Amino acid sequence: MAKNGDFSPPLDPHEVHVLAVDDSLVDRKVIEKLLRIISCKVTAVDSGIRALQILGLNEEEGSVGYDEIKVDLVITDYCMPGMTGYELLKKIKGSSTFREIPVVIMSSENVLARIDRCLEEGAEDFIVKPVKLCDVERLKSYMFGEGRIQRQNANGEFNKTKLHETCNVSLPS
Amino acid sequence: MERNQLQRQAAYMRNTLFDQGYLDEQFLQLEDLQDEANPKFVEEVVKLFYTDSARLIRSIELTLENTPWDFEKLDKIMHQFKGSSSSIGAKKVKKECTQFQEYCKVGNVEGCMRTFQEVKQEHAALKRKLENYFQLAREAR
Repeated sequence: MAKNGDFSPPLDPHEVHVLAVDDSLVDRKVIEKLLRIISCKVTAVDSGIRALQILGLNEEEGSVGYDEIKVDLVITDYCMPGMTGYELLKKIKGSSTFREIPVVIMSSENVLARIDRCLEEGAEDFIVKPVKLCDVERLKSYMFGEGRIQRQNANGEFNKTKLHETCNVSLPS
Repeated sequence: MERNQLQRQAAYMRNTLFDQGYLDEQFLQLEDLQDEANPKFVEEVVKLFYTDSARLIRSIELTLENTPWDFEKLDKIMHQFKGSSSSIGAKKVKKECTQFQEYCKVGNVEGCMRTFQEVKQEHAALKRKLENYFQLAREAR
């Protein structure tokens, strides 16, 4: 089993473990269900601090805590009290042990500057809330590692994939 | 009452909620997530929303008791409220939350007070309608 620092993408979807971070009770329940539907194992926490504990990322760089659990993807809300999703992203990307873990940001606000900031800091994607099944299905490519390679163009730039894609949902007639 | 009739009534009630703008497509998303493993998923999420939002309403009321108003705090609480309303597809509630936040941003006391009443009304109205709908859907099963 690979350590967190040695990122080898899992081949079996049932092995994929997602750490979901959101201070909203309702949103946690929904994201948990969405991720389970695509066969991921989910740990849902209500804060960035708790997320770091789960990862085993302590303040002293390099020290690995007892709570360390292998995580294949982090999906976090942007606006949270205390540590924001952006700050969590920076902590993860700033860690030599954990920077390979893909981080996806969720936000109710579709603000280009915010999206840019997150992508520049190393976020894989930015999902505008409310989160839909098609948003979560797109995450599968990051979890298997291919997504990162596919989405970089010839200049090594990432596509700004998400402003607000509409999924194919039909309303009752 | 015949099962078929109950099913038709439940379907009609559900369609009305969409037609009258109480619910939007996010509610459909929740319905799509409901399966045999989780046959009451939508009801559970809605229940969670109402428990959580009751707390937020109370928090707003407490904040409104202190003058001068802390508009920043009110905006923050309402942001959370709007977020969860959006997550369950509560269209009218969400709209009133947005309006409240607009008034907060410009420090409009009267606007906030008026809109907060609307938020509570829409919140309560949707709760009643969903409770009726879930009850009927249960009977129709």
